[in-house]
Amino acid sequence: MTAPALQIEGLNRSFGALHVTRDINLTLERGARRALIGPNGAGKTTLINLVTGALRPSSGTVSLNGEDITASSQADRARRGLARTFQVNQLFRGLTVLENICMAIGERDGHNNNLWRSAGSRREVIDEALDHLESLRLVGDALKLVRNLPYGRQRLVEIAIALAQRPRVLLLDEPAAGVPSSESHLILDVVAGLDPDIAVLIIEHDMDVVFRFAKEITVLVQGAVFTQGTPEEIMANEDVRAVYLGQEGHQAAERGGQHG
Amino acid sequence: MSDTKSHDVAELDMRERAADFLVSRHTFRWTEALPWLIAIACFFLFPNRMTFGNQLLIMVMFALSLDLIMGYAGIVTLGHAAFFGVGAYTVALASLQLGWTEPVSGLVAGGVMAGIFGAVVGWFILRYRGLTLLMLTIAFGAMLQESGNLRSDITGGYDGLPGLMFDPLFGYFQYDLYGHTNYWYVLGVLAIMFYIVRRIVYSPFGQTLTGIRENVRRMHAIGSPVHRRLVTVYAISAAIAGVAGALFTQTNAYVTLTVFDFDNSAKVLVMLILGGTGRLYGPFLGAAVYMILEDYFSKLSPTFWQLGIGLLLVLAVLFARRGVLGIAEDAGGWFAAIKSRGASAPRRLVWKREYWNALGASALDGAIIGFIAGFAVNLNQAGFMTTYVTSMPARAILFTLAGAAVGAGINAVYLLITSRTSVEEQTS
Repeated sequence: MTAPALQIEGLNRSFGALHVTRDINLTLERGARRALIGPNGAGKTTLINLVTGALRPSSGTVSLNGEDITASSQADRARRGLARTFQVNQLFRGLTVLENICMAIGERDGHNNNLWRSAGSRREVIDEALDHLESLRLVGDALKLVRNLPYGRQRLVEIAIALAQRPRVLLLDEPAAGVPSSESHLILDVVAGLDPDIAVLIIEHDMDVVFRFAKEITVLVQGAVFTQGTPEEIMANEDVRAVYLGQEGHQAAERGGQHG
Repeated sequence: MSDTKSHDVAELDMRERAADFLVSRHTFRWTEALPWLIAIACFFLFPNRMTFGNQLLIMVMFALSLDLIMGYAGIVTLGHAAFFGVGAYTVALASLQLGWTEPVSGLVAGGVMAGIFGAVVGWFILRYRGLTLLMLTIAFGAMLQESGNLRSDITGGYDGLPGLMFDPLFGYFQYDLYGHTNYWYVLGVLAIMFYIVRRIVYSPFGQTLTGIRENVRRMHAIGSPVHRRLVTVYAISAAIAGVAGALFTQTNAYVTLTVFDFDNSAKVLVMLILGGTGRLYGPFLGAAVYMILEDYFSKLSPTFWQLGIGLLLVLAVLFARRGVLGIAEDAGGWFAAIKSRGASAPRRLVWKREYWNALGASALDGAIIGFIAGFAVNLNQAGFMTTYVTSMPARAILFTLAGAAVGAGINAVYLLITSRTSVEEQTS
């Protein structure tokens, strides 16, 4: 049996007396499609930050492809094939879309250590960057500054950068957050069409997206895993309805109804 | 969208354009030759001012080194004089203690020594950012200066090490009283340093510096060794500052501990901001404008020349946040806009409440600056105005009012200029 793409064991994190992550165990097999849901303040983004190394856990381990990466730096984890997107865009706003993508490719292949060669002299980097942009239908925006793009397109750049890292595990933190629903289908199409080899963990509030995209769902409540299961199981689970779907799922359904 | 065929063509075209775009950024444009031609022309136009010219070119090099870390990597420092000083003292002590008087190898030694200092210090302090980092850079500069002062038997303290001797350049060119040889020497070294900086800025490594400045979280997330990159560029920048310091010692044949002064760090920062940060030619323009005006003001009024520099800075902060080069870019964009839409399009100036508020605010700013200036004059009890206005309160009021008028007036002109474009954008 091969090692899972991502394995989290007994993960804890406290900020002072506040225990935001409690004993979390989570496994992403290769090519997994897992959604992480839970009410606001459940510790979803904290969990992502613990996995990527932006935060250190108080206890527990994180393994990537069978290797313990709990003590590794963020950069080291990224180079080992762990990519993420942010809930709020974290882009190089003063650079062009193309340069944003080339930055990630250069970091992945180690070109970015070069002090002497001209950036842009490697045709294969540009070609690959444009391939990534093409798959997200962003080629037309390649030479525009990121800050001049509409927010929805910026969200796509966010995903394009993560894909340019050629990740084996991809963490998507609310990829469609802040995007008007008229445009969000573009982003969700991209998410649905991701390479089946990549293991994906997605945080999402929109239950339509979650149920359509995910094969497994983990419900997080107050920093602990409340329950896990297939979408059907979660949908049928009365307790989940009570703590989560009862409040936000209802609203999501209404929102979906208005636009659908 | 369009049909597939034209889409393919458009895309092929896009690929070419994208490659061209990235490459065209680094190709040499004829305008880039301009500063160098001016520098060469100055040699023939002002043969008697070459000593000043040498100092100017050295400050350009110093500001260029700062631009690399501040303009590109976003490291704000007020202690860059430390590396200038290390370079300056390396050459001086090598000449005095070891009899190492060959100038070019001395320069290399100064650069290497400053680079090592930069790497070590950078490794410690570049874990921090923002104000903490700023304080640490100041602290490090002060520590170096004080340790130099403690061993004034070696460094000469604030009296300095006079009468340093250096071999003729390349064993052939003698130094002259007017600094003519030195001018070519300094200009040549500046050209080499500039070439190095230009290569670095346009390299993938240089791109990552911009990335770190723009969004450090994203850099971590894509696997960038941020700390290592920052330490590397800090060491390179320190080395270039060290070369500038070494040239300073060699051209003056004299050095004192004042090279480590906080003033020196602040001055180079101001020059860079004045010229435009994150631009290769900002240091040239900033150092030139600052030093020429300083020279001019200090002849105009030996007591109050700093007031002129202060006013210049206030103006720069109020109206030219992106430096002189920023203004040039804005003007270029403005002319391009006029050209493209035909110059005759009428523009209406709409005075809105925000404008009156802006005017009021700048009048208040001006009043405060004027009040402080009046206060400074009162403290000095000498100089212009004191002979004409004798009572202290009267001077204070006069300065405050004058400051308010100047502040509001300048801002009014500024609003008149900018509103031509911005109001139209807002209303349409």
